[in-house]
Amino acid sequence: MSLHRDAAGARLRLTGTWTLADASRLARGIESLSLPKDGTLGIEAAGLERLDTAGAVLLNRLLRRLGTQIRIEWQGLRPEHRVLLDYVAGCNPAAAAPPPTDNGLVRFVAHLGWLTLFFLREARRFIEFIGRVIEAAVMTALRPRRLRLTSTIFHMEQTGLNALPIVGLISFLIGVVMAYQGADQLRQFGAEVFVVNLVAISVLRELGILLTAIVVAGRSGSAFTAQIGSMKVNEEVDAIRTLGLDPVEVLVLPRVLALMLTLPLLTFFSDIMGLLGGALMAWVTMDITPFLFFQRLHDAVTIWSFLVGMIKAPVFAALIAMVGCYEGLRVKRDAESVGRLTTRSVVQSIFLVIVADALFSIFFSAIGI
Amino acid sequence: MSAQSDIAIRVRGLVNAFDGFKVHDGLDLDVQRGEVLGVVGGSGTGKSVLLRTIIGLNHPQAGSIDLLGTDMLHADEAARRAARRRIGVLFQDGALFSSLTVAQNIQVPLKEYYKLPDDLLQEIAAAKIRMVGLPDSAGGKIPSELSGGMRKRAGLARALALDPDVVFLDEPTAGLDPIGAAAFDTLVRDLQKALGLTVFMVTHDLDSLYAICDRIAVLAEKKVLAVGPLTSLLDHPHPWIQEYFHGPRARAAAATATAETGVSGGPVMEG
Repeated sequence: MSLHRDAAGARLRLTGTWTLADASRLARGIESLSLPKDGTLGIEAAGLERLDTAGAVLLNRLLRRLGTQIRIEWQGLRPEHRVLLDYVAGCNPAAAAPPPTDNGLVRFVAHLGWLTLFFLREARRFIEFIGRVIEAAVMTALRPRRLRLTSTIFHMEQTGLNALPIVGLISFLIGVVMAYQGADQLRQFGAEVFVVNLVAISVLRELGILLTAIVVAGRSGSAFTAQIGSMKVNEEVDAIRTLGLDPVEVLVLPRVLALMLTLPLLTFFSDIMGLLGGALMAWVTMDITPFLFFQRLHDAVTIWSFLVGMIKAPVFAALIAMVGCYEGLRVKRDAESVGRLTTRSVVQSIFLVIVADALFSIFFSAIGI
Repeated sequence: MSAQSDIAIRVRGLVNAFDGFKVHDGLDLDVQRGEVLGVVGGSGTGKSVLLRTIIGLNHPQAGSIDLLGTDMLHADEAARRAARRRIGVLFQDGALFSSLTVAQNIQVPLKEYYKLPDDLLQEIAAAKIRMVGLPDSAGGKIPSELSGGMRKRAGLARALALDPDVVFLDEPTAGLDPIGAAAFDTLVRDLQKALGLTVFMVTHDLDSLYAICDRIAVLAEKKVLAVGPLTSLLDHPHPWIQEYFHGPRARAAAATATAETGVSGGPVMEG
């Protein structure tokens, strides 16, 4: 690229290749060119070997810099290069610019506000959804034949029976850990035998149900969201609606009911496994025989220690199942939202379970159990 | 220019098998520089597999693939990378990166291969957006905010980002309404002429075949059964080809093409 001046006026000669690979060099070259302010500029393009879009964009940039004051005389521009130049002319680079970003503080405050509104809206929608589930439950209770029994049994198998190994293993190990750690501390007071009370009370009242609920939230709550979510993506949920059926009745109710039945059973299983783990560890490390362990157990716990755990189970189950189904129904028609909402479903249901557990604690201590 | 370099893609003796079932068995195909080649075939004849094999997403059991003078199966990684820089691919639904805006999508290959100032990147992206007939405002949008037809155009803009020599299109008009499909055909033809592209197009769309393809390759019986201009295929004796080009839909497409261009190529409408 070179610029000459003679009697006839200024002439710009374009040579070589104008492609992506040359773009940075050419861009600098165009910047440094001292162009005439008026008159006529002849552009010789016969020496232009290759021109691609990047080259055309740069050439267009050059023409923009020349402005409208100067008359341009093209010489030797190949027709295919002319076509490319015409394509590029008049494009608007501002449209491709990334959107302007605010400063950090503004963004932070805006985000906080957005989150608050999102949280409130979400809470209202979820409560609305609980209402619809209860309505469907009442309608089904009035006409029990409408209950999807097959679906309910299927979900009981999925969420209950198939969860036994993992729930059992985790509870057993927690029983072991509790007994081991408790024994270490209690030995300092010579009160090793109270390890039975420690394991029994903590497993029956809190750990059994809480661990089971968290495992089930991760296992089944997420599965509910993913199942209903992918049905949403495939428009199956819309199909259910157009067939005159209620998605809450068909999809949500069997899952909620199934989980409300299986979570107490799983909790009972978890309680037993936790106690067995504690008993084994007490036997191994402190020579508390299983016979002695269960004798102490009988003195240490009342039926209420056990019931406190079991009462929470159906409530947690309802929360987990409803969050899972609710998020599943929120899925839009793209696959990406299935993943996002599945994650959210697990986080929310675990959060709600722990909040509910705290409320239960307050309630039980208020009534003195 | 020698005859050798007039061939953009040369496929020889290609064998592709999945779980022992051969999709291609000794498939040969030449794609000439600057032509629009349409690839047709029934379901399961391996049209998409062929496309994926040529662009290197699928490794064949045997055969050779020469893409723009590079042996894509045996050359070293650097040479294959250099060849890939010279092709563009439009996947069926655009395959745009969903978290990036259209303009950012177009800039991805540019940033990957070249070091360019930001303002130039934006200007090139804007030019591509204009080229594929999208409004300027589409540049700042993310793919989910676009319609299906616009996503295809945006995908084409990304495929063209590096000014490739060869563009691969996988069913470019599938899922578009007839008006959108016709507009897309015209767009591909215009850009092919303006940029001197070689186009390898897998399609089911008879209208596209009539409107823009220079040659058509028919895949059947695990190989390329016939290849040539549309008119030469019409008389081919193979029953599938007869059925394909003389079925009721083909007649309608041929009638449209004849009415539009005034050139009679296809079979004549009866009645």
